Amino acid sequence: MTAVTLPVALPRTSRWPWFGAFAFLFLITSQALAIITSPADRDMGDLQKIMYVHVPSAWITMLSFFVVLVFSVRYLWQRRENDDLLAASAAEVGATFNGLTLVLGMLWGRPTWGVWWTWDARLTSTLVLFLIFVGYLSLRAFIDEPVRRAQWSAAVGILGAINVPIVYLSVRWWRTLHQVQSSPSTVDPLYVLFLRANAFAFLFVMIYFIRQRYEAARIERDAELAAQAVALGGR
Amino acid sequence: MGRSADWGRIRAIAWKDLTAERRSKAGFYSVAALGITILVLFGFALGPDTRALRDAAVGALWLAVFFAGVLTFNRSYQVELDSGALDTLLLYGGGRWTIFTGKLLANLAFVMMMLVIVLIVGAVLFQVEVPAQWPTLLAVLALGVIGLVTLGTFYAAMASRSRAREVLLPLLLFPMMVPVLLAAIQASKALFGADLMQESGAWMRLLVAYDLVFLIITHLAFEYVIEV
Repeated sequence: MTAVTLPVALPRTSRWPWFGAFAFLFLITSQALAIITSPADRDMGDLQKIMYVHVPSAWITMLSFFVVLVFSVRYLWQRRENDDLLAASAAEVGATFNGLTLVLGMLWGRPTWGVWWTWDARLTSTLVLFLIFVGYLSLRAFIDEPVRRAQWSAAVGILGAINVPIVYLSVRWWRTLHQVQSSPSTVDPLYVLFLRANAFAFLFVMIYFIRQRYEAARIERDAELAAQAVALGGR
Repeated sequence: MGRSADWGRIRAIAWKDLTAERRSKAGFYSVAALGITILVLFGFALGPDTRALRDAAVGALWLAVFFAGVLTFNRSYQVELDSGALDTLLLYGGGRWTIFTGKLLANLAFVMMMLVIVLIVGAVLFQVEVPAQWPTLLAVLALGVIGLVTLGTFYAAMASRSRAREVLLPLLLFPMMVPVLLAAIQASKALFGADLMQESGAWMRLLVAYDLVFLIITHLAFEYVIEV
């Protein structure tokens, strides 16, 4: 069987690989600086350093799902396929960071609280958020028709995002143990500086990941469209 | 195309669904029987200590309604798909949200009837005494069922037309139902304990807010879901 050459334009020259390299260098640098320079915490000692990965990844999770919401709404409004692919990419990256947040939180919770898991408001709502977006990604996996997949997952994405504050509120009323956010005025300025630097590092990595997933999805769709054109007797 | 025309459509669809259910009967009884079966299984899992059963009764009851309800929602679209009726339904003029409202009302009636049966059986099996504030409890039950049926009917419009409907609907629906489950269980528990802390009110307000938010959003989004 001879292979059909598909007329898919692969993006060859682009600045994105440089951005990716920058993102990871920035991440490594700010992690290293944070770990070396920050003083040991009075109660937690060196365990506190998990904060530099746990907290930024929790922030980035929320941000990714906000990106899903924005692109889902824009898709339903303007019906451009790229918006759907971007929403899907953001959902995948968000779910990854969400899983990372949960695992890192457990690793931190075990030595400080003495348990891997507790049914606290923020832990529980983070887990529910994870499950909602696992549902979103499963829906995408089970539907082949592109327009249907796009419209349905946009609806599911929007409903899921709207539910986030309601889930959080309901679980918070249910019970709470997680410490309240520390405000910058109550902690050492070095903590704040490197927490912020690492948040930016995670942000750059998130943007790079979403971009990479989006490009892959775009190429896949182009290949599908080209294959269809060939099947219909086109080029 | 006025308001009365929309109402006519809604009524026609709800009536059609309920008539089909009434004539076949098998659907309703099997779903109600499943609800009771789940209750019995919870009894085995948690019992036979009477106090433990009584404490867990509310949660077991709600989960039984959730699990049995899921089967209802997919069926509601499945009967349309099997005979190719959904396409014809979509060809009729007027807003398509009326299809959703009609199905929602039919499912609401269906799940409410099931809830009554499951509730009576559950009260007997788990030895629950009817609390003094039973009218408030009825309101909590109604609000919880409205939340369940609204999202269930909405997600089933997608799940029933996908490849993996059995797993997809609960996977999409249950995480979204966490606020309803928590609020319904906590409010019911408070009422069974005579609501000394007056906490059922806050949970009921949460249920009302949840129901309103998702009734509005699902009605707006249904057009996008059903057209493809």
